[in-house]
Amino acid sequence: MTDNISPILLEGLQVLTILVAAPIFVGWVRVLKCWSQGRASAGVFQPLRDISRLLMKDTVLAQNASWIFTATPYIVFGAVVMAGAIIPVISVDLPLSAASDIIALVALFAIARFFLALAGMDIGTAFGGMGASREMMVASLAEPAMLMSIFTVSLVSNSTSLSQMAHVMTMDPVLLRPSLAFALLSFVLVALAETGRIPVDNPATHLELTMIHEAMVLEYSGRHLALIEWAGMMKLFLFAAIAISCFLPWGIAMKGDATMLPLSFLLLGVKLAFIGVFIVAIETVMAKMRIFRVPEFLGSAFLFATLGMLSFFILE
Amino acid sequence: MLVFSPLVLSIVAIIILLATAAVAPIISSRQNLLISFSFVSASVASLIALLAGFLIVSSGATDSLILPIGLPDLPFYLRFDPLSGFFVVIIALLGLMVSIYSIGYVRAFVGQRSVTRLVVFYCLFMAGMLLVLLSDDAYFFMISWELMAVSSYFLVCFEDEHAQNRRAAFLYLLVAHIGALFILLSFGLMAGFAKGFESFSGYTFSAMRESGISHGWASLAFFMAFFGFAAKAGVFPLHAWLPEAHPVAPSNVSALMSGVMLKTAIYGIIRVGFDLLHAPDWRWGGVVLVFGLASALLGILYALMQNDLKRLLAYSSVENIGIILVCVGLAMIYKSFGMGVLASLALIAGLYHSLNHAMFKGLLFMGAGSVLHATAERNMESMGGLIHKLKWTSPLFLVGCLSISSLPPFNGFVSEWLTFQSFLLSPALPSPILNLLIPLGAALVALTGALGARCFIKVYGVTFLGKWRGEHQTEAHEANWPMKIGMLMAAVACLALGVLPTFVIGWMDIIPETMFGANISASAGAFGWLWLTPVAAERASYSPPIIFIGIIIVIAIVYLVFHSRGGSVRRVPTWDCGFAKLTSRMQYNSTSFSMPTRRIYGFLFNIKETVKYGSNQYLPMFHNKFNYQLKVRDRLWQICYKPFADVSFWIARRAGRLQHGRIQIYLLYSFITLIVLLVVA
Repeated sequence: MTDNISPILLEGLQVLTILVAAPIFVGWVRVLKCWSQGRASAGVFQPLRDISRLLMKDTVLAQNASWIFTATPYIVFGAVVMAGAIIPVISVDLPLSAASDIIALVALFAIARFFLALAGMDIGTAFGGMGASREMMVASLAEPAMLMSIFTVSLVSNSTSLSQMAHVMTMDPVLLRPSLAFALLSFVLVALAETGRIPVDNPATHLELTMIHEAMVLEYSGRHLALIEWAGMMKLFLFAAIAISCFLPWGIAMKGDATMLPLSFLLLGVKLAFIGVFIVAIETVMAKMRIFRVPEFLGSAFLFATLGMLSFFILE
Repeated sequence: MLVFSPLVLSIVAIIILLATAAVAPIISSRQNLLISFSFVSASVASLIALLAGFLIVSSGATDSLILPIGLPDLPFYLRFDPLSGFFVVIIALLGLMVSIYSIGYVRAFVGQRSVTRLVVFYCLFMAGMLLVLLSDDAYFFMISWELMAVSSYFLVCFEDEHAQNRRAAFLYLLVAHIGALFILLSFGLMAGFAKGFESFSGYTFSAMRESGISHGWASLAFFMAFFGFAAKAGVFPLHAWLPEAHPVAPSNVSALMSGVMLKTAIYGIIRVGFDLLHAPDWRWGGVVLVFGLASALLGILYALMQNDLKRLLAYSSVENIGIILVCVGLAMIYKSFGMGVLASLALIAGLYHSLNHAMFKGLLFMGAGSVLHATAERNMESMGGLIHKLKWTSPLFLVGCLSISSLPPFNGFVSEWLTFQSFLLSPALPSPILNLLIPLGAALVALTGALGARCFIKVYGVTFLGKWRGEHQTEAHEANWPMKIGMLMAAVACLALGVLPTFVIGWMDIIPETMFGANISASAGAFGWLWLTPVAAERASYSPPIIFIGIIIVIAIVYLVFHSRGGSVRRVPTWDCGFAKLTSRMQYNSTSFSMPTRRIYGFLFNIKETVKYGSNQYLPMFHNKFNYQLKVRDRLWQICYKPFADVSFWIARRAGRLQHGRIQIYLLYSFITLIVLLVVA
């Protein structure tokens, strides 16, 4: 009986972890950013407080908003939480992790993006359309690089299932593979673009020349905005989690090994803390690039992934 | 039990269609009756053909029949096997939906023009497509092929008062016949090597199948057939007719042409490549793969540039045909290396995408017809906000957009996922150069998919969302019931094919089984109907029902928790930043939405962009009038088509000098020819 219950419990535990930890992770990134810029921070729990405040506020809808606009926050949230239930964050032994491999997982994020872009165009302002157009441009350029990166990782693990990738990577006796290094580099560039971070997009800006993601969600308020913001935070967290399970999964709880869980949590926290430092380092030393430089940026991501694939066939 | 054999059933369906076409002119004086009668009987015929196709694929049997009609000693051979059965299912399924839709759609023409011609050629067109799939000899195949091509020509030029429509129809007929010529040559070549060529029995497909054709000739035959079928399928660079012809046909016909007529060409490529010539060489697959990739990428890029809704959908068909060809090419490559299971996977991906494309493209064209019906407008630049008026069409059209953008849990994603899986297995190939090159193809398919999503966000966002962009507010009215039912059926099919792929794959697995002797059902359904595991569970798995239900559960919980708590919702005007009132001209439109793509991939197009400013004479620095013009053209017109057209017109003009229209001169020509022949011989 315990064999059946524990994976389901684990699944629930993981979803809860993601719901709570994602805002804290974003809070950590903001704290680090404040420190690096010599400002006083609002603490790691500020994003959680923001979400709960937005949830309590009334909602203001534009007159032209259709059902697409009101349904989008729920669909976005649903797709991202579903993705969170699939990615092995604390354990590889999740009952839902077989429901989709990494390709289907990318498609789950694509659903969220598709509806956000539609919602952006629903109100009928210039900003919404601009955000939708730009976001889809970045996404269409990121997709081939993402797939090449996945392809290279799947060459090593012979699988596109994330649990299997994490499993193989943990058991792999070879610690340094050049192909994986290239794939990781490419994945980082793609993840920066997909999650709307500097140098592709600036999550803190509301300037019309530079907005991408923010322009799409400009008209949202109240609980709709809370859900979208929350989903956005989870997306950042989950991209970090994908990177961890593909490239540095050591320490994740294996099948039927519940005693590993506390250690697994601890290691996850440490890894995420380092990823936060890494993100802030990038955002501090780099400026946001012009939008038509993004093709070059993502083109180099594609190139790195291709190099990774070549080095697999040549060296390994 | 011969009476109920699938082959007999499908012949019954064809007879019903032909009989309807024959009866239609008799009742043409009563147009409303004509429409109801003929499209209902077309639906019945489709239903019977659907049953026949379903049965033959489920049983995995092969029926054949020799009809003693046609020329003496050259009877028609008919054969019904799982491959043709599968394509019959595609045609009949969409045919059923479109026929029901047509009952409502064609009614709009009553009072404007006679629809008799539309009805007659619609039925002949359906019958022609079914006959192509049933024919088992080159002679009957070509007759059916021509029936299909000619009847669709008359459908394309149905609204023949516009010169543009006549021109498009002519171009279509021209390309179709050049293609048919090459198919005929290819059949001739194969028949020449077949046993029994001297006794006039080499023209049957079974004789060609057994022929000991040498490798070089087989390659020539294959590439001629590929070229011929590619012209029909609209493969780049032979696609130029497609975006001209498909949009000008009535929307129900566009749905059939884009959704299923192109598939008969895919059927032809599979039939000739795998069945008749046995796909021995990986280079054949390589060529098919490259053409498929080019069509997919350029098709979607051109689609993104379009402002005409139906033209955009036509270009997107070029893209989808490309993706199907990519799968077929991969299957050929795997087959030539003797990897039956991988070839089956790739072929299943291609066939599944054919079925999916028929469903969502049919749905989108029907939706476009419904928009056209509602607004009398095809130009997206002057649409917008239709979601508030078309309460049925807009969610159904959204289903089509989600499916074609390959988003789970809809059907487009299943075939895209299978395509990626067959790409990801390419490291198993023994050739290092293929190992390196094929993944790059996968990246191009990924790019195509992402651009497709971008394209259909534009379509939906500009057509249905925002505010009306046109000069005059038109009174948009919702589609009538038969149209709604037709679209609803297609939308349900899109969802069902997306959520329950294991059943469909288990059903159609017999097709690669009969062709390669290998199938994927042992692994694909190994974990029950919930899990799609095409190779092995450790390799990759996808469970659309769980994803679908999971997302719905999360949405339901979130909705109950956050929405039901109350909190008021206020409707206010959109914030205009304190400036003058927002107008609908300020919205992003189709041209501005695709501007980043135009800028990044501009080198592929022939773009002319001009901006003119006008200003008040007292304040020359401040422009108050803007005139922006943009022309995006297919670069291929200049490179591929115009030289051909110019040369053929030049030759025609020179040759025309010989023709004076006087009988004496023609007699003189004959006389001279006779003398020359006598002297030479």
